Amino acid sequence: MLQKGTSAPNFSLLSTPDQKLSLSELRGKKVILAFYPADWSPVCGDQLVLYNETLTYFQKHNAILIGISVDGIWCHIAFRKDRNLHFPLLSDFEPKGDVSKLYEVYDPEVGESKRALYVIDEEGIIQWSHLSPVGINPGADGILDALDALAESKKLPHLN
Amino acid sequence: MSLRPPVSEKDHIQGNPNASIELVQYGDYQCPYCWKAYPIVKRLQASLGDNLKFIFRNFPLTKVHPHAKIASLASEAAALQHKYWEMHDMLYEQHKDLRYEAILSYAIGLGLDLDLFEKDIKSSVLEEKVDGDFLGGLRSGVNATPTFFINGEKYTESWEENNLLDHLWTSNLV
Repeated sequence: MLQKGTSAPNFSLLSTPDQKLSLSELRGKKVILAFYPADWSPVCGDQLVLYNETLTYFQKHNAILIGISVDGIWCHIAFRKDRNLHFPLLSDFEPKGDVSKLYEVYDPEVGESKRALYVIDEEGIIQWSHLSPVGINPGADGILDALDALAESKKLPHLN
Repeated sequence: MSLRPPVSEKDHIQGNPNASIELVQYGDYQCPYCWKAYPIVKRLQASLGDNLKFIFRNFPLTKVHPHAKIASLASEAAALQHKYWEMHDMLYEQHKDLRYEAILSYAIGLGLDLDLFEKDIKSSVLEEKVDGDFLGGLRSGVNATPTFFINGEKYTESWEENNLLDHLWTSNLV
């Protein structure tokens, strides 16, 4: 995976059938990227359903959550509606897995993204990452700890 | 992964407070897996007796379970009238109907002061308690319901059928 302190590579992926979302548009906010293998598979469902409930806590940190998988946009639309998800799912569909490869979380054997998390700060720098075994829901505690640590480190200059 | 915050007097505790086994469940009243876990926990309590202290914390997944939060609030409102566990059991036994009107009828059935119950269920103090349980669960690594913690450590094996009971009996904690 990409290392802490490196600049998060920009990308632009469909978030709706006729709209793309670019990482660069989100400068000034913290961004949580949740790469996951596939819509509808049970663990992803639990993981994303959990994050859906955690959005208010992410928002308190000025952080927005984005899900990314290789599923097509129409699949994402159906999945978001079914699970009542309130955050964008981006479609890393064509060329397949390009952004997952860019972030070093593509599994070429199954043709899906791995289950991986990145926390990117307001300046677009990667501050935390985590790779989870594909069948394990990583929960939200690692993300929340990373956001807390960032908030702490940002406080330090003002103390001097 | 460990429990944060640890069990305190703010929690609802059932069983022997000095038991060698402290079992914490994070649960959602509208979650089918928690419905399945409910009789399993009852069996555990019967089997382990004074060796077990059981704590339940709220973890309502509100976007997929629209009645889960009101059910959690109802249990907390019942607690203010000293009927927490009675309401907890009622909500799991009557899980097929967790609409507000149904919950009010359960409160009547338990002999609660209904005016007080309705006032409490809407209070921000109880909402903060339920939200606090949820956030504590998130920070402790709860990623699905039910999630169990045994003496502060997350239990990651199967809890179904007799697995959790067998685990506890063979854990050297008894």
